[in-house]
Amino acid sequence: MEIRIEPSYPEIDYHESHVINELKCSAAQPIPEPSEWLSEEIKRNVLVTTVDKLLNWGRKSSLWTETSFTACCTFEFISTSSSRFDIARFGMEVLRSSPRHSDLMVTAGTLTWKMAPQIKRVYDQMAEPKWVIAMGACGISGGIFADSYSVVPGYNRILPVDVYIPGCPPRPEALLAGIEKLRKKIEQNSISRKS
Amino acid sequence: MTTQLNSENIATIIQKHISSSDYYFENNTVVVDPSQMITICQVLKTTPGIELDYLSSITAVDYLDYFELVYLFYSIVHNHCLTMKVRCPDKKNPSLPSITSLYNGANFQEREIYDLFGISFTSHPKLNRIFLWEGFHGHPLRKDYESDS
Amino acid sequence: MVILSERTMKVTHSTDSVFINLGPVHPSTHGVFRMRAHVDGEVITEIEPIFGYLHRGIEKLAEGKSYRQIIPLTDRLDYVSSMTNNLAYCMAVEKLAGIEVPERAVYIRVIMSELQRILSHLLGIGSFFNDMGTFFTPFFYMFVQKEKITDLLEMVSGQRLLYNYMRFGGVSHDLPDTFLPALNRFLREMPAEIDKYEHLLNENEIVLARSKNVGVISREMAINSSVSGPVLRATGVNWDIRKVDPYSYYDLFDFDVPVGTKGDCYDRYRVRIEELRQSLRILEQAISKLPAGRVLNPVPLRFRPPAGEAYSHVESNKGELGFHVISDGSDKPYRLHVRAPSLLNLSALREMLIGWKLADAIIIFGSIDICLGEVDR
Repeated sequence: MEIRIEPSYPEIDYHESHVINELKCSAAQPIPEPSEWLSEEIKRNVLVTTVDKLLNWGRKSSLWTETSFTACCTFEFISTSSSRFDIARFGMEVLRSSPRHSDLMVTAGTLTWKMAPQIKRVYDQMAEPKWVIAMGACGISGGIFADSYSVVPGYNRILPVDVYIPGCPPRPEALLAGIEKLRKKIEQNSISRKS
Repeated sequence: MTTQLNSENIATIIQKHISSSDYYFENNTVVVDPSQMITICQVLKTTPGIELDYLSSITAVDYLDYFELVYLFYSIVHNHCLTMKVRCPDKKNPSLPSITSLYNGANFQEREIYDLFGISFTSHPKLNRIFLWEGFHGHPLRKDYESDS
Repeated sequence: MVILSERTMKVTHSTDSVFINLGPVHPSTHGVFRMRAHVDGEVITEIEPIFGYLHRGIEKLAEGKSYRQIIPLTDRLDYVSSMTNNLAYCMAVEKLAGIEVPERAVYIRVIMSELQRILSHLLGIGSFFNDMGTFFTPFFYMFVQKEKITDLLEMVSGQRLLYNYMRFGGVSHDLPDTFLPALNRFLREMPAEIDKYEHLLNENEIVLARSKNVGVISREMAINSSVSGPVLRATGVNWDIRKVDPYSYYDLFDFDVPVGTKGDCYDRYRVRIEELRQSLRILEQAISKLPAGRVLNPVPLRFRPPAGEAYSHVESNKGELGFHVISDGSDKPYRLHVRAPSLLNLSALREMLIGWKLADAIIIFGSIDICLGEVDR
């Protein structure tokens, strides 16, 4: 006979708060930026170069964004994906709710410590290769809320960020410029080197 | 235009139910002793002609010697309002009666005040933190709060 | 040998309730909101809403900033109705310090508030239909008009989303010359657009089946739960702050307040779309009455209001938005409290959801139209 123990609500709350406190203690310093791609051109043989070009073209032309948006910048992202600014010309009109299907996380909104484990979990569930764009002042450094008691001072405390887009909120044109920079970064990837 | 009820309208009604040492009027608001709060709310909600059936907001303020809660009531039927204040001088373990049994809208607001100020409300159906997580130390909106980061 | 209890021997088929977690990351544009539900099959038996994932400590931050520095902070409360938030806060401080507002500025404030109301309702109705499964068709029809309003508001304030436009004693800039012709063009084409939305959605079978008599809340329950705005008016209560406690000369404008009958999701949608038409009426009257003159009675940058407290409320897109400002005579407020309509509209959520299926829960929640920035502050 199977005995199933159902968790009670206070136990779940205390377990979650323990996770948040642990994450807060371990996120004291920002994650250092991956700067390998800035190093000089590594010699690659001809076969790898062509394969690289093909893979990178495929990856940068169909970035699927994950919809874990938190706050105000969401509406600028939605404006960018509408027909006026047309993010579909970059192949990015697909927004997937499941992190398993997506390869780009755009951090649209302020991150609080209570939400941080959930965003980290969503990021961990995304499959490689994956990229993160820190959108807006709240994503870069906490923005206007930086000295609040419950706000994470920038997403780079818990996730490695590839491109930072300033603005509060950034205009759709700024977001598209940031996406263009990310596409240039993806072009530098190589399968002979971990991204 | 929403009229503000003042002492002339409600003094006679209140003094039938509680003693005059438990309340006084100050600047268009009625300041009530915490022990008589529920009685007064009950009376003001049910008396015909007053019928304050809508709780608009509860604000908590940390004056350095005491906590003060400001309740704002409206009457949808008669279009008048009343501001009620309750003071809690105990700053170590502050506690006040909850009016959730009379006004369901007080539920989340009292939880918010418990979370941010640390004032507990007796006979609240489920008093736990609402905005911050359970393991958060301290109550941030108090004047003597020091963050640990 | 295992001895089974008598009860186990009698039971051949038993059901159990399942504990489900909805959110905080879920595919709708309402934000980071979480619900823990016990479901029996598909029917919800118990639900607990959990928020606080966007709690940024705005009330505490406000105690460390001067009065003027708090205006951009109030933008970020309900981020689709930033003009209304600015207006409510400026009105509270003007009441506290006794600052007069010139007449032209009052009419400009009315124009901005009503444009903001149209914008927010378009987004709210569009998201509601997204949750229902129409997959962006009405949302993007409404988004075209929303972009036109965004352009109008960008003309006056320079920003697309968080305007920081109102000041104590008026507004920060006068209307540019291109604004009124553009606004008149918008007013000429908007009624036909609203007719198009109603033609598409009002009598649609699926909309009626999924939202009529769904998520009903009674009048008494709504008043007891401190609900306000379109959710309260859909239950039949005629309570609109612009009529019961007029501010900014709203008593001089001629407009109606749409009131529903049943308090279900369909009524909330109809109340919102009818409010769009009434906002257009107010805009036409405001443009015709707009006087000439200055738009700002300037106030020092770090001004110190007298000690005291003031509460001022407006009819925001979500409900009654109020600011309670307490001053101790210095240049920073002693306490700033926001009466957030979205938080109080959620007081009635549990009553609205119990007994309905999970799929209905998403629609009922979408019909309340909350904004997480305001719930969590």
